[in-house]
Amino acid sequence: MNFENYQTEGFYDELFEKSGNPRAAVAPLIARLKSLPPGDLKRQQKAAEAELLQMGITFTVYGNQEGTEKIFPFDIIPRVIEAREWKQIESGLAQRIQALNLFIDDIYHGQKILKDKVIPADMVKTSFGFRYQCLGLNPPRKIWIHITGTDLVRDNDGKFYVLEDNLRCPSGVSYVLENRAVLKRTLPHVFQSMPVRPVDEYSHRLLDTLEYLAPSTTRHPRVVVLTPGPYNSAYFEHAFLAQQMGAELVEGRDLSVLDGNVVMRTTKGYQKVDVIYRRVDDDYLDPRVFKSESTLGVPGLMDAYRAGRVAIANAPGTGIADDKAIYTYVPQIIRYYLNQEPILPNVPTFVCWDETQRKHVLANLDKLVVKAVNQSGGYGMLVGPHASKAEREKFAQLIRENPRDYIAQPTLSLSRVPVIVDDHLEGRHVDLRPYVLYGLDIYVMPGGLTRVALKKGSLVVNSSQGGGSKDTWVLAENFPTPPPKKEG
Amino acid sequence: MLSRLADSTYWMSRYIERAENVARFIDVNLYLMLDQDPLLEKQQWLPLVVTTGDYADFQARYKEATRENVLNFLIFDAQNPNSILSCLQKARENARTMREVISTEMWAQVNGFYHMVQNAMSSQTTKDFPQSFCREVKQASHLFQGVTDATFTHGEAWHFVQLGRLFERADKTARILDVKYFILLPKVEDIGTPIDLILWTALLKSATAYEMYRKKFNRIDPFRIAEYLILDREFPRSMRHCLIKAEESLRSITGTPVGTYANAAERRLGRLRSELDYGNIQEIIRGGLHEYLDDFEAKLNALGEDLFAIYLAPNPLPGYFPVKGQDQ
Repeated sequence: MNFENYQTEGFYDELFEKSGNPRAAVAPLIARLKSLPPGDLKRQQKAAEAELLQMGITFTVYGNQEGTEKIFPFDIIPRVIEAREWKQIESGLAQRIQALNLFIDDIYHGQKILKDKVIPADMVKTSFGFRYQCLGLNPPRKIWIHITGTDLVRDNDGKFYVLEDNLRCPSGVSYVLENRAVLKRTLPHVFQSMPVRPVDEYSHRLLDTLEYLAPSTTRHPRVVVLTPGPYNSAYFEHAFLAQQMGAELVEGRDLSVLDGNVVMRTTKGYQKVDVIYRRVDDDYLDPRVFKSESTLGVPGLMDAYRAGRVAIANAPGTGIADDKAIYTYVPQIIRYYLNQEPILPNVPTFVCWDETQRKHVLANLDKLVVKAVNQSGGYGMLVGPHASKAEREKFAQLIRENPRDYIAQPTLSLSRVPVIVDDHLEGRHVDLRPYVLYGLDIYVMPGGLTRVALKKGSLVVNSSQGGGSKDTWVLAENFPTPPPKKEG
Repeated sequence: MLSRLADSTYWMSRYIERAENVARFIDVNLYLMLDQDPLLEKQQWLPLVVTTGDYADFQARYKEATRENVLNFLIFDAQNPNSILSCLQKARENARTMREVISTEMWAQVNGFYHMVQNAMSSQTTKDFPQSFCREVKQASHLFQGVTDATFTHGEAWHFVQLGRLFERADKTARILDVKYFILLPKVEDIGTPIDLILWTALLKSATAYEMYRKKFNRIDPFRIAEYLILDREFPRSMRHCLIKAEESLRSITGTPVGTYANAAERRLGRLRSELDYGNIQEIIRGGLHEYLDDFEAKLNALGEDLFAIYLAPNPLPGYFPVKGQDQ
């Protein structure tokens, strides 16, 4: 594999410095990769892909009748994060999750933050993520967001920014675990060159987090994973996590509420369920409380939840903080509840609801990325510099009609990582989704999903838009590395 | 285990067994037709459709029972819910919903089986020479059974796999016997008249019973053939053997001892198995073989309904709920 001609092309590269030399901490990895016999890396890449296909590690593409299952493309060159950088991410995420949890609890109780006018009350009440049904809810141990998958990006300045919080049902962690397993089998000797921190602990930690929510009187809590079913795009992950935890994978129709308890229908009759790790959206959880036409949920579930008979993770109503307009207030939220300065910055964001900011956005559509406040997965967005005039005009119209529904951000120049393209390497843009569990304590998995935009020049990393993934190596701290060199 | 998963296990297994049976019926017929009078062809393909129980559907959409039509209907017709293709689609869908329950090897086998059938669909070779395709289907089904036996805990879920397979097998043996016997021997008083040995042999082969039958009775005798396929205690595709094994599995689920029953399904199965245990072929023929087999299939269907209501349905019906111990 030819590393000599690899160009960073002026972007921040996760493995190489601008000079073209590998970053100090990554040097042993590059040396190992270079020492492989010619063609070996490419062969290993093929072997890894074949393994993923055979294991059926796939996701579902909507709007495509034939061959609805696809493998999530995987590039075997890992992305590396140094210990000192990770330390900052870890403490930044813990701080953010803690503050957001206090915020959600406040919104559904006293709404102090609204009374103190830190956030406009109207913005919360008009949010798609606000659920009046959750007012006064008291989730076990006052934890609302048990599982988070925060999206981070690194800009050209080398700094990490938070792009999205994903406090509802973040997916992708199964790919992190499977990518690691596949890479360990394909490139075992490369692992030996670096002190890579393990990620396998995640499923044990997840089970601990969920069991922690069970009523304290339950000695052997029964945890289940609630899935919308095999046609859901993340079904593989639901099955995988259930399998890893030894939990039952249930659908709404397996569950019912009997004498106030949630029970599942088994061949030996009904059995009580204590904790539900749900991968079903709020709106479909309980047709009596949310969308009445839902067949994915369980009638009466919310009553059982309110009565403390069953725990639900994540709690319903957490989508309020996924609203991209409310996201802009997270730095204030951190200051308000924790009295601390945010460790991880937000991406600077313009809220179109605000008249001055809206004017700025409309005048600069060719430079900005516009996003709908209630969408994710790369849907409902406009990348200004790459869009046609007609597309920009369409979005200008949308913004004018519904300013509350849109925000805009400067077009970041996301950092890049080399990927294998035919017989050479090319840089591709990446983001990073670390996973955080909030139970007895806050656990940040040392790793995460590095999503990579496989299309040349593309900034959209979502799997639905042609993205792939990489294994993410977080390095252990006590490894002797030369002091970091200055860029340039 | 979850009722929904028990249901998926049962049907996954049942559809694979069904695909194997259809493949075997076709294979035997193709072999038979190679050196037969072309006039016979017409009479020989229609019974296959009758055997799978989809005569009305076939008649509505195909009209003539030519080799081509019947093969297309039974192998690749996605509209026919019992075509080999449909069976594999459904078996795989069921397997997909319980990937965390079955072993990886089982999943890989069902998945591979499905892809094999899917690929064969677009190949002209399959249409011209379906024999090798049929053999592949039979082999893939056997492989699935072997893999299941060797890699899957022989617990509750495995017993539902057994039940699915055994009920399907008993049903298909009864049907092929009913259809063929009727054609080969339309009237009871014709018994003993010289008949074509080849056709009777084909009937035995449709149930892979030829060699094993020969070991036991060596002479081809319609009477004995019926006896063997209905009442033999040891032959794996005989109706009686299927029910003996099915009863073992059903009892293992509740742990009910022999001679007692815990629910309606156990009672019905025990009763049907006893009828076969103490059955007599002379009595059966005297009462009418067709009537006997018809009655057997009706009882098997009722058993399937009991099984569904007690174990598999999302909501157990009142009065059906399994009760521990004796309920007499």
